[in-house]
Amino acid sequence: MATLRCINNMYGVCFRAIRSKPGLKSSRLLQQRAFRVNEVQHQQPFDSTTEKPQFPGASADFIEHLEFIQPNVISGIPIYRVMDRAGQIINPSEDPQLSKETVLNFYQKMTLLNTMDRILYESQRQGRISFYMTNYGEEGTHIGSAAALDPNDLVFGQYREAGVLMYRGFPLDMFMAQCYANADDLGKGRQMPVHYGSKDLNFVTISSPLATQIPQAAGAAYAAKRENSNRAVICYFGEGAASEGDAHAGFNFSATLECPLIFFCRNNGYAISTPTNEQYRGDGIAARGPGYGMMSIRVDGNDVFAVYNATKEARRRAVAENQPFLIEAMTYRIGHHSTSDDSSAYRSVDEVNYWDKQDHPISRLRHYMNAHSWWSEEDERSWRKQSRKMVMEAFEKAEKRLKPNPDLLFSDVYEEMTPILNKQKEAMWRHVHQYKEHYPLDVFEK
Amino acid sequence: MATAARFLLRGSRTNNAQSCLGTSLLKLSPSCSSQVKTQRRHAHFTYHPDPVPTNYGPTTKMNLFQSVTSALDNTLASDPTAVIFGEDVAFGGVFRCTVGLRDKYGKDRVFNTPLCEQGIVGFGIGAAVAGATSIAEIQFADYIYPAFDQIVNEAAKYRYRSGNLFDCGKLTIRAPWGCVGHGSLYHSQSPEAFFAHCPGIKVVIPRGPVQCKGLLLSCIADDNPCIFFEPKILYRAAVEQVPMESYTIPLSQAEVIEEGSDVTLVAWGTQVHVMREVVIMAKEKLGVSCELIDLQTILPWDSETICKSVVKTGRLLISHEAPVTGGFAAEISSTVQEECFLNLEAPIARVCGYDTPFPHIFEPFYIPDKWKCFEAVKKMINY
Repeated sequence: MATLRCINNMYGVCFRAIRSKPGLKSSRLLQQRAFRVNEVQHQQPFDSTTEKPQFPGASADFIEHLEFIQPNVISGIPIYRVMDRAGQIINPSEDPQLSKETVLNFYQKMTLLNTMDRILYESQRQGRISFYMTNYGEEGTHIGSAAALDPNDLVFGQYREAGVLMYRGFPLDMFMAQCYANADDLGKGRQMPVHYGSKDLNFVTISSPLATQIPQAAGAAYAAKRENSNRAVICYFGEGAASEGDAHAGFNFSATLECPLIFFCRNNGYAISTPTNEQYRGDGIAARGPGYGMMSIRVDGNDVFAVYNATKEARRRAVAENQPFLIEAMTYRIGHHSTSDDSSAYRSVDEVNYWDKQDHPISRLRHYMNAHSWWSEEDERSWRKQSRKMVMEAFEKAEKRLKPNPDLLFSDVYEEMTPILNKQKEAMWRHVHQYKEHYPLDVFEK
Repeated sequence: MATAARFLLRGSRTNNAQSCLGTSLLKLSPSCSSQVKTQRRHAHFTYHPDPVPTNYGPTTKMNLFQSVTSALDNTLASDPTAVIFGEDVAFGGVFRCTVGLRDKYGKDRVFNTPLCEQGIVGFGIGAAVAGATSIAEIQFADYIYPAFDQIVNEAAKYRYRSGNLFDCGKLTIRAPWGCVGHGSLYHSQSPEAFFAHCPGIKVVIPRGPVQCKGLLLSCIADDNPCIFFEPKILYRAAVEQVPMESYTIPLSQAEVIEEGSDVTLVAWGTQVHVMREVVIMAKEKLGVSCELIDLQTILPWDSETICKSVVKTGRLLISHEAPVTGGFAAEISSTVQEECFLNLEAPIARVCGYDTPFPHIFEPFYIPDKWKCFEAVKKMINY
């Protein structure tokens, strides 16, 4: 496509130029042609062993034997970890030495998210909300990365990053309002559940099309760089989304345009039913980073400290050096893909149980807290009770709330209401009033 | 081959800059005007300059690509967040629309992107979300489809889906558009109807340099994502006096260019100039008085002006280069039929491209030229 376009450009531009000044143009073309021919004919003798490649497309040496580069899949990019499955710090120099208060906050946010997931998942099973996606097993990636960011850093997400909002203090009422699409929903009830967004918390509203946020994050990071505001952008996506063309676009743009951006890939092994060996054949996502000229790392996504350390350093350097970083967090999707999916149709219960029982970000952090005597069985019991109560209160409140006024079906399509939309709105109301027994008017605000 | 193409392109660029642009960005040299005459002989239309605008300060002679540059220049000067990006815009663009802007405003504001349309539009959306005025260029409208998802699912729905928490209203996408005589399948397309089915974006097409600058500045200032299609056959062919300072022409307003009483003719872009000749032919050969309307904004479109005219004339001919099936004329036709049923004295006529890809050597037979439009007027009058 590029070649074709070049030819056409040449054709169009040259043709017009020739017409505009025929004499001058043709003599120039002749000169150029003569110049090129001379170059070929007058090549100087040279010593091939000292020759350096001059190609503009890459900086490399010649080699004189045929050798294809092998992808290194079997022994891939290593997985950075700070603590083991028993919550023991492995290398003390890597210990972020977070305060007790901070660690307790991590733990409470992760478990609160888990509690909310359980209740909303059940509520979908009962038909009280239309759809839900849990975050089971990936709580550590959310909290660890969110904690390493500045609150002003702009977040672009996919849909399984509710923990980032949780960490930033998004109220339970607002999570529920969005899932119930009630009159308190900041999104005015227009999107499916779990498509959260918050202007105040710099969390860009989630949309369903996968990977579209990736090049957008690059644009936002470019704007942040020009503002000189010491702001970074973080962009989350799953390993499945990384197969989209938009991922390629975003990685390449952010590198060539030098954007202060952190790409955070949640590699949880599955894209709905598709295992990673049907998603890619390289060494995961992290191995693609260097191909784009991007600093890259792979971390244990069930280790909240490893995620925190990697994000912290990536953020520091991204802002200081105006370059993108890629973090691939290895995790496991413990829950079903969504409430519309039964994952036992394509993977074993044993596999799921391993990650749920043996290697879970929440239990690992709890081991760490226990080892420091920061958390007791009693604390655990009372926090479980308290968090459940908080979630249930928000849940009941959200359920009772009316839905937004149906007028809101028409606003915000454009910044202003257009005459056509006004007409359609009036027509809808005329119709609905005439046939009101057929429409659920009583559950909507007036 | 690609290298050779590049080589020749560079050569011609240098020459162009000397012969046409000189030291000033916006002044036309006589050699350019003579070239326009040469081109006119082959064109399927004759360009009629608009009257010199009097209410926006001093004017200078510009062709369409220069009026684009002038609008971009005004924007970069007045809005420090504004950035321009796309494929090959840094050296001035393959159609010369961004010549001189990088030197004047810096390489962080006028820059090349990798060759990836979905990336360009996604990037532009993100910059707009973060508060920058972002002006993206797609090199040919024919290559906008890789960005269709970003435009339709993302740009158009950003404000609505977020409850107005976030928007990309500061995004404008510019793209060369329409037939060019020899552009064949992928340098000739008019894709406006694909986008007309997408609530949330605005689609705008000018007919000449004065409209181009005013409408482009409106698109850039508008708080909604806009697609601005530039008829590339007019880049050099259309020359008229254009105000040097910034001015805007309102969006979603059709313009009645010629008043008449027997038939309403609706078109946009280059086709307006084809229709101008049809107006004259109908007058001379048939004694028919045509009212000519330039739609200008495809979405959201100005149905009021069109319907008002059809109520008066009782007949409507719509013409566009794009294929007829699913073309925007269908939308206009259906709406007018709904609104003006009692006033219509003949079936609404659509003279459009055929339902084929845009051909190379057969272009003269493909396009809805003045003779096809004239015949439609004749039939409609005798209905």
